Amino acid sequence: MAKLRQCAIYGKGGIGKSTTTQNLVAALAESGKKVMIVGCDPKADSTRLILHSKAQTTVMHLAAEAGSVEDLELEDVMSVGFGGIKCVESGGPEPGVGCAGRGVITAINFLEEEGAYDEDLDFVFYDVLGDVVCGGFAMPIRENKAQEIYIVCSGEMMAMYAANNIAKGIVKYANSGSVRLAGLICNSRNTDREDELIMALAARLGTTMIHFVPRHNVVQHAEIRRMTCVEYDPTHKQSDEYRSLANKIVNNTNFVIPTPIEMEELEELLMEFGIMEAEDESIVGKTAAELAAEAAAA
Amino acid sequence: MAALTREATEALIAEVLEVYPEKARKDRAKHLMINDKTLESSKKCITSNRKSLPGVMTMRGCAYAGSKGVVWGPIKDMISISHGPIGCGQYARAGRRNYYVGTTGVDAFCEINFTSDFQEKDIVFGGDKKLAKLIDEIEMLFPLNKGISVQSECPIGLIGDDIEAVAKKAAATIGKPVVPVRCEGFRGVSQSLGHHIANDSVRDWILSNRDGQAFETTPYDVAILGDYNIGGDAWASRILLEQMGLRVVAQWSGDGTLAEMENTPKVKLNLLHCYRSMNYISRHMEEKYGIPWLEYNFFGPTKIAESLRKIASFFDDKIKEGAERVIAQHKEMMDAVIAKYRPRLEGKKVMLYVGGLRPRHVVGAYEDLGMEVVGTGYEFAHNDDYDRTIKDMGDATLIYDDVTGYEFEEFVKACKPDLIGSGIKEKYVFHKMGVPFRQLHSWDYSGPYHGVDGFAIFARDMDMTLNNPCWSKLTPPWVKNNEAALKQAA
Repeated sequence: MAKLRQCAIYGKGGIGKSTTTQNLVAALAESGKKVMIVGCDPKADSTRLILHSKAQTTVMHLAAEAGSVEDLELEDVMSVGFGGIKCVESGGPEPGVGCAGRGVITAINFLEEEGAYDEDLDFVFYDVLGDVVCGGFAMPIRENKAQEIYIVCSGEMMAMYAANNIAKGIVKYANSGSVRLAGLICNSRNTDREDELIMALAARLGTTMIHFVPRHNVVQHAEIRRMTCVEYDPTHKQSDEYRSLANKIVNNTNFVIPTPIEMEELEELLMEFGIMEAEDESIVGKTAAELAAEAAAA
Repeated sequence: MAALTREATEALIAEVLEVYPEKARKDRAKHLMINDKTLESSKKCITSNRKSLPGVMTMRGCAYAGSKGVVWGPIKDMISISHGPIGCGQYARAGRRNYYVGTTGVDAFCEINFTSDFQEKDIVFGGDKKLAKLIDEIEMLFPLNKGISVQSECPIGLIGDDIEAVAKKAAATIGKPVVPVRCEGFRGVSQSLGHHIANDSVRDWILSNRDGQAFETTPYDVAILGDYNIGGDAWASRILLEQMGLRVVAQWSGDGTLAEMENTPKVKLNLLHCYRSMNYISRHMEEKYGIPWLEYNFFGPTKIAESLRKIASFFDDKIKEGAERVIAQHKEMMDAVIAKYRPRLEGKKVMLYVGGLRPRHVVGAYEDLGMEVVGTGYEFAHNDDYDRTIKDMGDATLIYDDVTGYEFEEFVKACKPDLIGSGIKEKYVFHKMGVPFRQLHSWDYSGPYHGVDGFAIFARDMDMTLNNPCWSKLTPPWVKNNEAALKQAA
């Protein structure tokens, strides 16, 4: 019995973390791995494709109903879906109230105390809210939690900014514990030279692009049916892409303390690939009227 | 008997600071001064109202303590909700001996802990709904409450609950003031910011409630501000004012009511006892309503007579005569108190370390008993408090701001006071050192100490503590060390 591997998936909001995670996990389950997903996002949309449900009832909502989290049992909060995948959502408040970060902390502590991480499991995947806005959302990468971090990104500028920022966060916890960056997953947006760009970024961060997931409509078709692509159309070539990603993760041994880059270096990289124009310092702080006057004078 | 000389005091400060690491030494040096009565401003010689250093065992409280515990809590017909987890409300409950007349749980509520008792789920999902429900339940169970204040504990500020919206809605429903107070404990460096926040919330949500409403005034209307009626202090003060012909419209906030606060803008003069905790609202009333304010001191006959005359100077001859009459009327009793206790206390040295006003205000009362205050300091003063202290203290006396546990012990060992006046946290340290000690926050469950009645009790208490035969059974450490040294030498 191999040791349980705990992985966290981070990345810019809307990049496709939840979809990628669920397809990847479905592919792992298909190959006989025992997997659990822990959704760490108050939106609670990390398990819907596995469970074919709108949104799973979350730990925090059940705790609020029962009075406190101590009143819950593990089976109350855990559902089993496609391929025997165990699913838990931490849950949290609607936007604008309360403290979602505390919800993640409470839910993960509960899972640990209740023995959710049993010995039969091969993998746990934490699907975490886009931005690590506070300590609560860093909970999955603290000591004795996820040791492997995968960052989902694309060739868009802001997704790469986010990836670099997440790498900075990992450094903090890597220096005090065993958490490591395990690779970038490129979820393609069909931008120019996207694969080369992400490979170049990965190299700067001291890691690799573990897989390039091409874009395909079948993923959306499956999502409308609240299914993963792997379950909806197992013979589709897109499902093979997720199987390939799953396989690479199973065999991955390249775990590093990342070397995040300075903003200037990132901008140079973006300019090199033509995503960003070189800055014209002479126009900084000038109003449209001033620029028009200058143009007229010249 | 003189205190230490200026040189000796300087040497003492240098010696005490010696043990600190450099950064702490540099910081703490700014908070210690040797008094110089010729100075007008304390600015150049002492720094105050700064963050305490970690590890120094500061005696300070927090903003919640300043707002709920000091300013809002004693208003007897209002209910103060401790909004957040249970501990803050429970450990601050009924601890300050703010006496009041009323039936607790019926028309007075000071001693009850009202709290929203936050749980994990309230942090995660927010506590606004719970607060609204709590206010409904309070209104149902305690219908004679006149209003509610919501005292924020730390988590409220962290999770961003909109208590203002809840308060507005609840106030409209129950038809009474509901005051949101943003006194989260992590704000500011001590309870002092809590006083200010509380003053501001009174200004914004209470003070102008009765503007434009009819109120039968007299030319002699005054309000007592900053007397929290500890052990009945405000009553002992009020009676003197009434005897001289004034009408006390409001007491802030010991034994005070919401109606009194709302009527305060109608008075002719605000009488301010605790400057630190209520100067803000006094200044506001001066600015908005043109009401002058006057600081007074009712500790000991000298200061009482001085203050009564100062107060009377704001009024006509009737009140001026009244002041003289009151002073004369009590003279015999005051003289008798002094005749009885002064011989037993004459020449004794006192060190103080207290809160808002007492580090300077009680000096006169000790002097009336022939005692000398050789060191004093404040937990949470600002420099305007030290400006006021310079003149009340003797030359070359030691003044310490936010004193650390270590410094205070060392100062006591060097100054060898006969009596220490400070709080519960210091009490047992000095008891174990064999030094007589009075709690000057709670009056050691005695009081009142204000006014004529209070002085008799004050004098008795100091005598009974200082001349208690138990002290002869204890040997202070410096004496002990001396004996050991003598033995060794022999």
